[in-house]
Amino acid sequence: MTEALDILLTASFWVAAIRIASPLIFATMGELICERAGVLNLGIEGIMTVGAFAGWFTVYSGGDLWAGVAVAATAGAMFGLLHAILTVPLGLSQHVVGIGITLLATSLTAFTYRLLLPEVTSPPKIEPFQPLPIPGLSQIPVVGEALFSQTPLTYLAFLTVALVAWVLYRTPLGLAVRAAGENPSAVEAQGISVSGIRIGAVMVGSALMAVGGAFLTMSAFNSFFFEMINGRGWICIALVVFGSWRPGKALLGAILFAAFDAYQVRLQQITGALVPYQVFLMLPYLLSILALILVARRATYPRALMIPYQKGER
Amino acid sequence: MRLEPKPAPSIAVALLYPAGAVVVTLALTALLVLAAGASPLSVFGLVARGAAGSQFAILETLTRATPLIFTGLAVAVAFRARLWNIGAEAQLYAGAVITVVLGTGALPWPSWLLLPAIAISAMIAGALLLLFPAVLKTRLGVDEVVTTLLLNFVVLLFVSMLLEGLLKDPMGLGWPQSRKVIEAAQLPRIITGKRLHYGFALAIASAVIVWVIMKKTALGYEMRAVGHNPEASRFAGIPVNRVLMKTAILSGGLAALAGFSEVAGLKGNLTLDLSPGFGYSGIVVAMLAMLNPLGVVAAAIFVAGIFVGADAMSRTAGVPSYIADVMVALSLLTMVVAILLMRFRVRWR
Repeated sequence: MTEALDILLTASFWVAAIRIASPLIFATMGELICERAGVLNLGIEGIMTVGAFAGWFTVYSGGDLWAGVAVAATAGAMFGLLHAILTVPLGLSQHVVGIGITLLATSLTAFTYRLLLPEVTSPPKIEPFQPLPIPGLSQIPVVGEALFSQTPLTYLAFLTVALVAWVLYRTPLGLAVRAAGENPSAVEAQGISVSGIRIGAVMVGSALMAVGGAFLTMSAFNSFFFEMINGRGWICIALVVFGSWRPGKALLGAILFAAFDAYQVRLQQITGALVPYQVFLMLPYLLSILALILVARRATYPRALMIPYQKGER
Repeated sequence: MRLEPKPAPSIAVALLYPAGAVVVTLALTALLVLAAGASPLSVFGLVARGAAGSQFAILETLTRATPLIFTGLAVAVAFRARLWNIGAEAQLYAGAVITVVLGTGALPWPSWLLLPAIAISAMIAGALLLLFPAVLKTRLGVDEVVTTLLLNFVVLLFVSMLLEGLLKDPMGLGWPQSRKVIEAAQLPRIITGKRLHYGFALAIASAVIVWVIMKKTALGYEMRAVGHNPEASRFAGIPVNRVLMKTAILSGGLAALAGFSEVAGLKGNLTLDLSPGFGYSGIVVAMLAMLNPLGVVAAAIFVAGIFVGADAMSRTAGVPSYIADVMVALSLLTMVVAILLMRFRVRWR
């Protein structure tokens, strides 16, 4: 039993937890921006797949790592634009379009991968982002090691949370985004286009989702394989609800979730073959469902979430 | 830009819109074929021939369409009541697990008794699996899209656990697969020596029954009312939550029949690749059919044809068979736009 608790005190455990949290932080922030503007983006799973592939392929074909991040973000934003056109001005069902975007993005990625790399059997590796310890801070035991000996993309994930929180709560743009998700006619009354705000939010959000996917290929697994997103997108949607649509709380949720995920991997090694490994692999998904149940009663969805807005209505 | 409602078009005109969606899908797919360095016309020709160019091709397409009819019906029923069941994949596997549990000798019954017993048990399992998220939705307001999606992963891992444990075939040379079902638990083939089995007939019958339920019964009326406007339905005295429960039972049960029919009719045993995404393709099938149960049959055959045809095409033309998945996803998006254009006029200012 003490063995199981000792894990929590090791620095390597928390380093892993923060690393596992990073892609979730990007994608959760992306989904949060979309939903705050009133659009549920179920394209997340597919957009993360596209990002993972686009980032990886850019580096694989000789590009710079940051160029890979930029390509992934751009590709994500393009799928976001498609999602936004269909759901915002055309007002189509966000459920159906989102699933459609996920199916399209996933299948296009698979098609492109096979087209560009017809012969490979094992996924080729790239030289990924390397850990960049921050001098001084990374010397602090456990906490410092966990937070400040990560790769640049992880630092970017935390910066993104701060930026999203600042924009949402401290700038006129953020006010407009939040109002577009709560009371769109008030936005229109200010002479601001609800459609413009929502389309922009979905594009930026989708770009972040794609960077989250790119983290997996460029800072974790170093190669691309099919189904590598493995439900992370859906988990991020649960994290947004769990975080009450607030960046800080969602960040906390993502870290808690990742800590749990890192913990179950280590616990698996202790329990050995006593418990089937599938039980441990199920836990993240069950935990997400449990999180949704726990917050259900006090969840306050953005009031205009999933409600299309037509100018001049009401 | 504004959308103005317009009167419903005649049947003939209404069919032009889905046709337009198919044309746009083909045009976009042609661009990908060109990117792959092949000629779109010859590739489409090969897909069509692979899907319907011979007796073998047609039977293969109908065989592939069978699970898609079930999952398509499951989605059509649920979406009609606006119960967003994205978990047909999991419900399919629930049905398949029950089929293996009861069909590998546990019940030494004759076929005429065993097959219906298994089918009904499978439906109950699928129904229960969807009732859980449905209850979470009606009682606590938990969004069923996310829960049904997450359950897909849970159930697949559960199946993987069973196949390496309780249900593992001791003669399977270590592969994660179940034992074969006994002969009495097999759906017979429609034509001896061919793969098309009576699961297909069951699928067609299910489509007709679902059509009758949706069009001719009070439940069908209530489901449509709830899907159209839950608030107004509640006001009109329709027990909305109870209708959603019944919808979940019907939808989950139909999806589970896909698993039953694949195991009992085609594969004989359960493996982790029993369904290459039939649950997700069912969403496309349902939307292409505009949620009409009889349309689901046609849409399922169309989608199955794309998959079967693309498999045959990729063997000869060298274009990756994933082109089929792209086409299917594209047709979903073009179809929802087509339905919108059928009902609304787009006014630019």
